[in-house]
Amino acid sequence: MSRIPAPDELKKRVQDNVVWKSVFRPGSIYRKGYRDTSRDRALAAMNNVLYHLHPVKVKRHGLKLTYTYCLGGLSFFLFILLTVTGIFLMFFYRPTAGAGNELAYADMQRLVRVVTFGDLVRNMHRWAAHAMVFTVFMHMARVFYHGAYKPPREFNWVVGVILLLLTLLLAFTGYLLPWDQLALWAVAVGTSMAGFTPVFGQQVQFLLLGGVEIGPETLLRWYVLHVLALPFVITIFLAVHFWRIRKDGGISGPL
Amino acid sequence: MAENVEMDQKVYDELIAAGKSERIARSKAKAAAVRAKKEAAGEKLGPREATAEAPAPAAAAAAGGDAPAAGGGGVATAERATGTGGMTVEERQARVAAALAAKGDGAANGRGNGAATRYAGQDHTHRLLAMVPPDGIQQIRSKQEDKVYVWPHLIASEFIALMAVTLFITALSVLPAFPLRELANPNITPNPSKAPWYFLGLQELLRYFHPMIAGVTIPGIVGLLGLMMVPYMDRNPSVRPDNRKTAITLMTFFLLGAGMMTLVGSFFRGPGFNWVWPWVDGLFFEL
Repeated sequence: MSRIPAPDELKKRVQDNVVWKSVFRPGSIYRKGYRDTSRDRALAAMNNVLYHLHPVKVKRHGLKLTYTYCLGGLSFFLFILLTVTGIFLMFFYRPTAGAGNELAYADMQRLVRVVTFGDLVRNMHRWAAHAMVFTVFMHMARVFYHGAYKPPREFNWVVGVILLLLTLLLAFTGYLLPWDQLALWAVAVGTSMAGFTPVFGQQVQFLLLGGVEIGPETLLRWYVLHVLALPFVITIFLAVHFWRIRKDGGISGPL
Repeated sequence: MAENVEMDQKVYDELIAAGKSERIARSKAKAAAVRAKKEAAGEKLGPREATAEAPAPAAAAAAGGDAPAAGGGGVATAERATGTGGMTVEERQARVAAALAAKGDGAANGRGNGAATRYAGQDHTHRLLAMVPPDGIQQIRSKQEDKVYVWPHLIASEFIALMAVTLFITALSVLPAFPLRELANPNITPNPSKAPWYFLGLQELLRYFHPMIAGVTIPGIVGLLGLMMVPYMDRNPSVRPDNRKTAITLMTFFLLGAGMMTLVGSFFRGPGFNWVWPWVDGLFFEL
């Protein structure tokens, strides 16, 4: 019987083979020979698919929690959390309504009562949605008070306003999906205002609802918007938003 | 070609003795060897080589007191007599002036062709196109900023923030907060009927304005378009709060207004969307 290798020896053996080295690129902190040097710190940010959203270095004042309050980052993280929990919920939900065919509501009941962790994940999704609307709003206020929309960042502010609108639309389309009284009537109140759009009021409302009033078509339409169309669009705008932050020289300077 | 040039050992030893670096001594010694060989072959020397031996008087005059004592108006290869590190701006300017003077000299001797100078034994010509200021044409050097590495500093704090939020959301979600109501029924209108909280400010506005104003004009024109145009309307370049009192006042007014409307719509409106006091009549608010 060979002896069990010491932890250091074991670590060396795990890290020093072809497979491990193929997975972790040079500069990865998991790769053998990572040293806390400027070079390896730079590589850690550059050679990692997640971290290279960031530049290698950032302004020191931006690290202070009271400068950004992490609001933009948290908005994005909540979006990720919503995507993950949302995918889980999609396994148990069919966007179908109508007399004798109330699958959406039945699936909601099953999700809450029967599905393992169903209620927990649903609550997480809902809390995260409310939180995201809040953090996006606060992020906008923070950016304004720091004057961070000034040149060269004007266009990124415009992208940010579009992202705020998309966030609201995502939250609002999701609100209808439980297909209970709260959902139906909150959406009814919200969409009744769209009918007052000048000139095209009727058409706008018809487009939104997929009919003259909220019904099964609305549910299907808003479901597709909620799980596919709007996330697709918001992802593109997020990419532009993050890219412009880098191109415009990182977060705004100290006041 | 350069590899095969033997060097003048004497010059090399002298330069090493004078405290020059090995690289400079080697190149100077090689140059000296080439020079000697060309002289022996009877070739005419270019200004580059010639000035090393016989400094042009004009060059020395143009260089003034700052000119190196030994080399006179040599071009960049000329050895500096002082040998104390890099050149000062004045020295460099003096050298450029001297080089130009030497060039003028060559033209006067009938050797040159205008501003172009033909080197001895070489085919390519060298033409002076412009004077380059001593500090260069472009400053590419980026300004030194107070920066830190993203890894580990930023990533560490981001990670903590993410963990904190995940914990917070999960802890909230354990509590029953969102009971499922009865099946949606278009024929039974609950009282009050309220929009989601982020639209309650608008619903509150509906109490005061025509729906076209409260539902379309204010959120669409003032809210979305107005916000998008903020960077184009506010042309004040300063980011210091002291210099942007108008912008900050306007935005604070807007945000407080929106917040007030939302709070009132959320907590102070009950059945029929009429005014209630939440501590008297209870909450009519659902997330």
